[in-house]
Amino acid sequence: MTVTTTRLRGVEAAPEADTVPLGRRRRWREDAVEAVLFAAGFVSILTTGAIVVVLGKDALHFFRNPDVSLVDFLTGTVWQPQLGKFGLLPLLNATLMVSGIAMVVALPIGLSIAVYLSEYATPAVRNRLKPTLEILAGVPTVIYGYFALTFVTPILRWALGARTVDIYNVLSAGLVVGILVIPLVASMSEDALQAVPRALREAAYGLGATRLETSLQVVVPSALSGIAAAFMLAMSRAIGETMVVAIAAGAGPRLTANPLRSAETMTGYISRISGGDLSYNSVDYDSIFAIGLALFVITLGLNILSGRIVRRFREVYE
Amino acid sequence: MTVALEAGPRARTARNGANPPMGGDNVLEARALHVYYGAFRAIENVTLPIARNRITAFIGPSGCGKSTMLRAFNRMNDLVPTARVEGDIVYRGQSIYAPGVDPVEVRRHIGMVFQKPNPFPKSIYDNVAWGARINGFRGTRRELDDLVEAALVQAALWDEVHDKLDQSGLSLSGGQQQRLCIARAIAVKPDVILMDEPCSALDPIATLRIEDLMQQLKERYTILIVTHNMQQAARASDYTAFFNMGDRRQGYLVEFGPTPELFTNPKDPRTEDYITGRFG
Repeated sequence: MTVTTTRLRGVEAAPEADTVPLGRRRRWREDAVEAVLFAAGFVSILTTGAIVVVLGKDALHFFRNPDVSLVDFLTGTVWQPQLGKFGLLPLLNATLMVSGIAMVVALPIGLSIAVYLSEYATPAVRNRLKPTLEILAGVPTVIYGYFALTFVTPILRWALGARTVDIYNVLSAGLVVGILVIPLVASMSEDALQAVPRALREAAYGLGATRLETSLQVVVPSALSGIAAAFMLAMSRAIGETMVVAIAAGAGPRLTANPLRSAETMTGYISRISGGDLSYNSVDYDSIFAIGLALFVITLGLNILSGRIVRRFREVYE
Repeated sequence: MTVALEAGPRARTARNGANPPMGGDNVLEARALHVYYGAFRAIENVTLPIARNRITAFIGPSGCGKSTMLRAFNRMNDLVPTARVEGDIVYRGQSIYAPGVDPVEVRRHIGMVFQKPNPFPKSIYDNVAWGARINGFRGTRRELDDLVEAALVQAALWDEVHDKLDQSGLSLSGGQQQRLCIARAIAVKPDVILMDEPCSALDPIATLRIEDLMQQLKERYTILIVTHNMQQAARASDYTAFFNMGDRRQGYLVEFGPTPELFTNPKDPRTEDYITGRFG
């Protein structure tokens, strides 16, 4: 091309105004690929929108029923559709207990694993441990459900007495949901720890800090926003977890503070009703959409909160 | 004076860092030191005395192992899994590579300032106080306040930050951050301060401030500085060590001497070539 040759001779006088074609060209392949990529992204937005519409529509149908009131739904302490009592609190309480217990298990263990992997493990150990952790994350949740019912529950009943511990109980489900989200907490926290610049570790060691002091007092606080995000995501995951609680927590709404009793969670109730033989137009059936909407709002709220926390605590490293 | 470097309970020797000014002896000495990364020899056979309360500058072309050499003095290379050392470094009569020596103790006496300012994402106050706390500071809050203030004053940063000690260290400018890192190193009351190109990320004015600061600090501390900048070495140091890279990319010491002599009357032709800008 003429342009390149003149430019290569650079130092010489500027060339006369040779015109070269600089006009916009149509690139069909580029456009097609862009359209496909956009469509892929759009599917997720579309899905979210569709979920909101479906949940909202059917939930609205439920709240239009004269036997139901929004205030009773949010504040009622009894959930007994047969008696026309639709109080969410027993289900919400069970959900919060399960996920609370789960987080008590998952946060310390997951964070410990992350600190070990990121700060202590040699590459050889790390390369073995991480895949193992990923296997744990890949186990179907229905298996965790039976693990809770047939392994953890018997141990609890043996340790605390069969009279105090129900066959279906919140504690067993909570512990196992905790185990289930450990890989998520560990993996995301480890990513956050790894993102802490090496320079900060060197600064700490340079001051005469031990490995423990460096890990816990410099690296972990520096990764706090990522760890908080991991915690929030794990919490959402625990709240939404269905199979384990459906199998191990019990099938009957009950407002109790005792984790050794059985109690049905929001997700457990939805799965039981939607899998059961209730007619599609009953109030019971419609109620699951209201519960689903409540779950959606809770997890959305947690996600927004986690976004805020991440932004609030994020340190910008160059 | 001897200091405890042995691994043991973290009750550390109480020292107040006030070395006798201008003592003439050597506080540190590398003896036939080789540093390896795996099979690669990064530093070959360096013998180098470091004078107390003086500034010793390491100069040389990129990749000649100046930083590796510097990091050998506080066992920072231990953090690289494949790094290994032959020969010895003697600190106040003790080998810092002897089997019973705890690198954590070594680093508490031989502090470090890095190339890029790396304050912790903590407040300015906590940046300075943290080192003292982990080193077993057992004073009152008031005493810690005084320690933080003294370190910031010594680092010539106090006037700029005294009214915002609770702000994040990361909110400061680059030059201020580097002085904060110096204050942080001082607060541990070290004996020697290693500086790894401390001005390379700073503008000329901030650089001059750090150089002035080094002149004040050498009354209390022994300073080793790696620099890319020959003018800086000529301006700011008392002794200069010139390193070069050999044919197997190993770094070796070409010439060492008092700075004015090395720059005006180099004995080795390679030193002359380097300082006159013929390579590097």
